[in-house]
Formats: sequence, structure tokens, C-alpha cells
Amino acid sequence: MVEVGRHPNIEVLSYTEVNSVEGEAGNFKVTLTKKPRYILEDKCTGCTTCVEYCPVQYPDQYNQEISKNKAVHIYFAQAIPLITYIDESCLYLKEKKCRICEAVCKNNAIDFNQAPEKVEIDVGAIILSPGIEPFDPKVREEYRYGQFVNVVTSMDYERLLSSTGPYGGEILRTSDKKHPHNVAWIQCVGSRQVIEGGNSYCSAVCCTYTQKQAILTKDHDAEAKCTIFHNDVRSYGKDFERYYQRTENLPGIRFFRSYTSIVKEDPVTKNVTVRYSTPDDGVKEEEFDMVVLSVGLNPPADVKDIAKKFGIELNSHNFCKLDLVNPIITNRPGIFVSGGLQGPIDIPESVFGASGASSQIGELLDYRRGNLAKERIYPPEQDVSQEEPKVGVFVCHCGANIGRIVNVPETVEYCKTLPNVVYAQEQLFSCAINSAKEITDKIKEKGLNRVVVAACSPRTLEPLFRDTLREAGINQYYYEMANIREHNSWVHQKEKEEATEKAHDIIRMSVARACQLEPLQEFDLPVNKAALVVGGGIAGMTSALSMANQGHEAYLIEKDSDLGGIARKIHTTLEGLDVQAYLRDLAGKIYKHPLIHVYTDATITEAKGYVGNFVTTVKSDRGITEIKHGAAVIAIGAELYTPTEYLYGQDERVMTHLELEEKIVSGDEKVAKAQSLVMIQCVGCRNEDRNYCSRICCSESIKNALLLKEKNPAMDIYILFRDIRTYGFKEDYYREAASKDVKFIRYEPHDKPQVEAAENEEGRPVLRVTVTDYVLGKKLEIDADIIALAAAVIPSAVTNEIAGLFKVNLSPDGFFKEAHVKLRPVEFGTDGIYLCGMAHYPKYIPETINQAYGAAGRALTLLSHDTVIASGSVCEVAEKKCMGCGACISACIYGAIELRETRQGKKAVVNPVLCKGDGLCNAKCPTGAISLKHFTDEELLSQIDAVVPEEEILQQIDAAVGDV
Amino acid sequence: MENVISLKENIQQLRKNPGDGNFGDVMVVGGGISGIQASLDLAAAGFKVYLVEKAPTIGGHMAQLDKTFPTNDCST
Repeated sequence: MVEVGRHPNIEVLSYTEVNSVEGEAGNFKVTLTKKPRYILEDKCTGCTTCVEYCPVQYPDQYNQEISKNKAVHIYFAQAIPLITYIDESCLYLKEKKCRICEAVCKNNAIDFNQAPEKVEIDVGAIILSPGIEPFDPKVREEYRYGQFVNVVTSMDYERLLSSTGPYGGEILRTSDKKHPHNVAWIQCVGSRQVIEGGNSYCSAVCCTYTQKQAILTKDHDAEAKCTIFHNDVRSYGKDFERYYQRTENLPGIRFFRSYTSIVKEDPVTKNVTVRYSTPDDGVKEEEFDMVVLSVGLNPPADVKDIAKKFGIELNSHNFCKLDLVNPIITNRPGIFVSGGLQGPIDIPESVFGASGASSQIGELLDYRRGNLAKERIYPPEQDVSQEEPKVGVFVCHCGANIGRIVNVPETVEYCKTLPNVVYAQEQLFSCAINSAKEITDKIKEKGLNRVVVAACSPRTLEPLFRDTLREAGINQYYYEMANIREHNSWVHQKEKEEATEKAHDIIRMSVARACQLEPLQEFDLPVNKAALVVGGGIAGMTSALSMANQGHEAYLIEKDSDLGGIARKIHTTLEGLDVQAYLRDLAGKIYKHPLIHVYTDATITEAKGYVGNFVTTVKSDRGITEIKHGAAVIAIGAELYTPTEYLYGQDERVMTHLELEEKIVSGDEKVAKAQSLVMIQCVGCRNEDRNYCSRICCSESIKNALLLKEKNPAMDIYILFRDIRTYGFKEDYYREAASKDVKFIRYEPHDKPQVEAAENEEGRPVLRVTVTDYVLGKKLEIDADIIALAAAVIPSAVTNEIAGLFKVNLSPDGFFKEAHVKLRPVEFGTDGIYLCGMAHYPKYIPETINQAYGAAGRALTLLSHDTVIASGSVCEVAEKKCMGCGACISACIYGAIELRETRQGKKAVVNPVLCKGDGLCNAKCPTGAISLKHFTDEELLSQIDAVVPEEEILQQIDAAVGDV
Repeated sequence: MENVISLKENIQQLRKNPGDGNFGDVMVVGGGISGIQASLDLAAAGFKVYLVEKAPTIGGHMAQLDKTFPTNDCST
């Protein structure tokens, strides 16, 4: 968020609605209405003085209306823009009274004369990412939401869990402000229901977010009892299955597979009674302190209005109608969709869909891509390294954030007494543009060569303050930040005097360090504009095509002799896509594209280099080729598990689901004429060997069942499952299959179905399947002509090899590990290498396409630049001290260090481009030969020495000795 | 708030830029996690972005979440 706020190329128009969209792709005219905030955005500093004085208290929307906020307030602590707004509860807006805020605002930022403002913008393309709306359980009276005070939604509960929530991170009941110790969750609220007000689809995220909430509840209160009433548990995502087990194994957490009803509230205790059924004891009632409704995801409340304004079509669930092979486009060219409007999806899908939309816009508007390298001219850098340190200290009030707790003027006076400090002053907001300029001016005026700003965390604003030094011609690494907000005023609000003392200590340490700082240089690395794509399946082809369409050469490496990957074995999707026709079309585009170079029968023998400058050697039918490229996309796909169970390989009537699909399509007689067919789910996964769900098999089996039922409605089809995981809109097909008399029988992992060759009563050879039906509570025998096994999706056999070549990591299940499961789902920890498709985790074709565009989009953020900047704060080896033991090499997770032969023997050498400056190697080095620039021992020790003056330590030692 | 000011300054600079006419502009509607990611990617890849959000701040529903599964990382 902060990045958005700071990016020079992004203008955030908050509190703004779209009125109309005219024109066409490449040339849209959009009319917007900026709603009045009654705050002058450029004057408000976010000091919140007005909030303090505002007399109106009304329910805080951010906290789900559990706690109160003021009529003038900042939406939440990390809001961007971080300024206030006044909403309709304001007394002045309602009754022309009050105006206290106007009187207390020192910056004259309140403006009650603001009116809605019309803004017109011209854009070439549009991305619709309006998100989702949590299901409102008030539409169904039986949930008792709003009626029983201790029935809350999962969104309410999310706020209760949060440290910025209504009770500061305490989970409390609104009724008596007591901790609930016995909490129940009810799943599928508003989802998987064909009833008035409900949604027939599965919301896809609730099973796992409920598990998260249960885990966090146990973190808050180890004794808490958590009960989850669920239907199928849909842990279909990466690492979800392990998460489910983690939840299940916590003491005091129970999972009940049962429908429930909320029956009553105790008039005195306000506890809530839930009725549910159990397989053994029939219907039971149980009282809970709190009931959480796991609400599903709805499309935005105004989705029909959005559709009308933008001229896009919606599906039957009122989400965007998606193209079968490109889930990012809408029916209106130039308007793209990402995030929740695509359907009920999780955060990673929302993220890579967004990157994918960005890539497709790149394809559309490439000719208009601006040259972003906005040249800022800095004065030449003076060499001040030989000068005595002359430190300037700027102490920030941060409005009232620091100033109200820490005595800032007194602290400034203290700073002036510190050694080497030649100047100190206070600032209301050091980060304000005029304050930043003031710092630059003072550096020049007072001849400062070191600057300390005592304000907030360096995480957000350090780049800004470093810039003030560059503007004054001083090396930016002569800047040091003292955090007297997060580390001080925010946590010591009640101890003002001590907080002021602590501010002194923190600044004293920073000044000491500043005196030791050394000037460092950052450097630009050129970026090779070509991309290497490893894997020629749908993911690799889509990604290569999108990058090539934006003018980048793409080298597509495929280990087989044909493109297509595992999709060559798939004929149709549940939604009716002709996969083979699509593949032919896609491969055709690849071969025809002048910028795409295909290498088939190819293996990678060597991969060297780093972000922007890789060199990969490929052995293929073209011979041995050395390819230079700036980015790499890993899209090597996955394979199918070969079952060893259920007579697979011994009896030809037992086949995998993909083999069944092949036989259905080819019109195989034995399959077509089968009277009875049994499908067994979860073969080879969700077990000890492969502790994950293969995600796609439930839908694959249902697809086959529907195909078979279409051809032969009389065929008896049984699907033996553990949980049916048809998340999202796939749920509709599950329902369709059930309505067409496909029989679903649940089995437990400890009581798996048994398969044996037998003869039926008529003497016909059959496969006899014995399975316990938990609904009927007895063992069933089913005579089948064909058995189809939902075989697991497993990582490609070459995964380890590729991971080793490109120095990237794998997840516990053997798939590639992304940099961040939610926020960086198509990147690796290693810069310049991207990930998509089933190499990441099993997924459907549209999901793969989404992610492949996402990887292309992320790669373009690198390839569209001529250079990347490498930090100056990297490790360095003092060669004389190095004894070549290699301890640093094993500590480095980026492969940035190597041993080189020198005349004095083997010595470690750091590649500054690969070094991320984490300092892990420093701690390992037995001779202290390796050090991290900007965090040297001298710099850090000077800081520590400044904590307690030497005399004081000596006094303490003397005192301690005296005691003896 | 310095963000807002610097942003405006930057946009004004851009508008003064004679090459302005060739600048690809994109509107992103909705400032939740998806809109934020799209804006950042577009901006990094050389496009000018208008991020339109109907609420007083960007962040969307993800900003309301405490932690995210399956790693229990902080959400905001």
C-alpha cells in the first residue's frame, strides 16, 4: 500500500466513484466523481487532532461496527492516503452545528464547502478489481445475526482477533466484554445453498480461514474450545492440507461434519445454543459462548451497476462472465478483470490475476509505454570522508504521535550536547515535502556531513530521507534513522518522562553510529531484454507469448518433442472448452511468433548468472545453445501418479481418471457399455507420502461422470470420496452430477474401499468394491465394470534438477516454492526468476493461464527497464583474514559467495549483485573476514557503546565488586 | 501525507513533460489487493496509473484481515 502511495506513476483517487466510461480500447474517456472528504488533501497532515476533539461517536465500519469512531477520522491506521475524512454522521453536515474540527486544525485543512468534484481522465485500458462483498447473514433470519448478540460473522471475528481491532486484539463478547472460551464456527453460511438469498457456489476460502481463526483463537487463549461444524473440508490449496491437520491436532479443536441450526440465546448469559446431528447419537444441542458464521464471498453489492457502466457481461452468479481460455479479459476489449470479480478466489489468485491483467495491458498498449526512468539530476557528490563528522539531528513531532509523549524541544536541546552534533532542530512532520527540503537546505547551510532523523521506522521513509542527502551532494549512506515512534512513543504512551529519556538514548546511539558510517555506492546493472521459459505446456506457452507480444525475445525450452505438456491428455473441461483445439491454436501462435524460439527435446545443462544477466546452456535437437536472458520463467508442469493400489496395472478394467477421459472421448466400447462404474478419489495423495490435495481430481471425476451420463444415462456411477472439493463455481457441476443420480459415497482414510475381481449373480466378471457408507452406517458391495482412480498430481521428475540449476527452493510437497504464498505467488526468492502453472501446484487450465499471464506481468516489471539497481549495503571479504573454510558459502541462501583460487589459497568472494545484505555469513565467519557494509562491527559496536557510557559501566562494576 | 504531496508534484511534472502524449494511461477500479498489485505492476512496467477507490483509503477487505492462511503472516 505504501508503495502505491509513493509511486510517482500511480495517482490514487480515493473516495471516488466512476460515473461513465465511453470510447474503446486504447482510448477510453472516463468521468469520475470525487466525493467530498471535507478535508483539503494537501493540507491535512494526518495528525488526528480533529479526531480527538470531534464529539460524534458512531460505529466504526473498519471494525465491523463493533467499536466506535468519530465523524472525522482516518479510515484505519495504515490508510493511504493517511488523511482524515468527514462522513455523514457529522453534526455540521447534518444540523449545521459544531465545526470544532475546523477550530482545532492548525493547518486549516477542514473545508466544509467541498462539493462533489467531477474529474475526467483519458485512459487506454481499464482493470476492474472491485473485489468481493462478504455475505450478509441478515438476509436469512435463521442465522440470528443481529438478533443474538454473540452470533458474529467471520469478518467481525477477524477484527476481534486483530491488534488494531475493536478491543485492541482481545477477543471479547460484545454482550459482557468477557473472553469467550467456547467458540463454534458454522461453515458454508451463504454458500453451497440453493435457497433464497444464498449462493449455490462454494466460496472457496472459508474452510481454511476458519482453521486460521481457530488456530489464532488458541494462540489468544490456549484453553479455548473450538468447534467447527462443516460440510466437506475443502483444503485444496498449496499447504492447506497440512494446515488442516495442524488445526485438527490442536487440543480442544473439534470438527463436526453436520448441518446445524442456531436455536436459542440464553436470556441471562447470552450464550448461543446450536443444534446439530451426529452419526452415532442423533440430534444434539450444545451451548457456546460465541458462534462465528463463516460467511462466503458475494460479488460487490453494486455489481450490476458496474456491469452496466463498463458494459461487461456477468455470469449467472453475478460475477464477471469469463472467457474459457483467458479469464482476465471481459467481453469489452480494453477492459480487464482481476481479483474477486473473477469469482470467489483466494488472495494469491487475486494477485497473479492482477499481474496477468498488467501483462495483457502491456500487450495492448506497448506502443504507449512511457519511459519511466524519470531523470532526477543530483548535484555532484562531495567527498567528506576525510572531514570530521558534523552531524545534524532533526527530531520529528509526527504531529502528535511523538510530540505528545516525548518532549521534543527538550530532546533537541539534548542533541546539541552530543559529541559531533553541530546542529539540531525540531520538525512537525519531517516527511512533509517542505521539511525534507529544509533538511537539504540545512545540510548545505551548516556544512553537515551526517544526518540523523529521529522519527519513525526506516522501513517506509528511509528512501525519502536518503534522497535529501543526495540533493545536498552528500552520500546517501551517511543517513541514519532513530526510531522514536514505533520503538518509543507508541509503546510508552503512559510514561512520558521515561519516553523522553529513551528518545535521548535512541538518538545518542544513532549519532554514534552516524559518525562511523562510510559512503557507499549503488550501481546499475544492465538488463538483457530476453526471457527464458522452461516448459512448453499451457503455462510456458502463455507466458512466452505474452512477453513476446510486448517485444521481448522468448526462448521456450520443452523436454518433449511436442509442445502441450500434460494438457495433451485432456480433451475437455467442465465448462466445455475443447482443450486440443485450444492447444493447437496456442502452439500455432508460438511457432509463428517471430520473437519466440522453441527448443524441443531440450534439456538444460547449465544455468549461470543473476537478475538481468543469466546465461543458460540448452542441449536440444538444435544442438548445444548458450542463451543469454534477463529473466526466466519456470513452468515445467507436473505429472500424474501411477497408482499401485486398487489392482491398477493388474486388471485392465482399472484405470486413472485421465485414461478414462481418453476412453470416453475415443468411444472405447468397454467404457461406453459399462453398466456400473466406480471412481475412487484421493489415490496417491492426502496420505503420508504426499500430504497434499491434488485440487483438480474431484472436478475431473465429476466431468467424466457427466460425460458418461450424457452418453448413457442408465449407467450406474459411484464416486467414492473423502471430501468433494469442487470449490468456486465447480460446485454447480457437483450438484448437477448428484441430480443426475451420480452416487457420492464418502469413505474414511482408515477404512479405504476394497477392490477384488469377482463374479456377479449372473456370473458376469466384475470388480467388486466394498466400502463403508457412513450415512447408512453399513458396508456396501458395488459390482463395477470399470474403476477409475483419481490419481494424484505429482511434481515433475525434473523438478529437483531444475531447482538446483536455478538455485530456487522447493516446498515440502516437492513443488516449487514461491517467494511469498499470498503476495508474491509467481516469484522466487531469487530475483529475476518467475513461476507459473502446475510446477507451482496442481491447478485447472484457466488458473494456469491466469498465473502464466501473471508471471509474464511480473517478468515485464523487470524486462521493461534497461537497468536494475544493486544496493550498496552488501558483504565484502577481507581477503587477508579469509582462510577459505567456506562456512559463509553454506550460510548464504542466495548463492552469492564462492571460493576462488588465489596465490594465497582459496578465498571467499562475494558477488555484490546476488548479495541481499542479510549478514548471515558474518555470523558464521570464524575469522571475522566477511563484513556487511553499512552494518559493520564498528558501526554497530559504536551504537551499543553509546547505550551506557563507559564511566557508568565502570561505576556499576565497581559497585558490584564492592558488594562482594 | 508527504506521499500525497510528492505524488501530486510528480504528476504535475509528468504533465509538463512534452512526451506526455505518448504516456500510456490505465485506470484501475478498486484498490484492494488485486487493484494494488495491478497498479504496482503497471507502474513498474512503464504505465501511468489512476487507481480509483470508492472508499476513503485503498486496502480493501484484505486490510481488515488479521492474518492470512496458511502461514499466519500479517495481512496489513
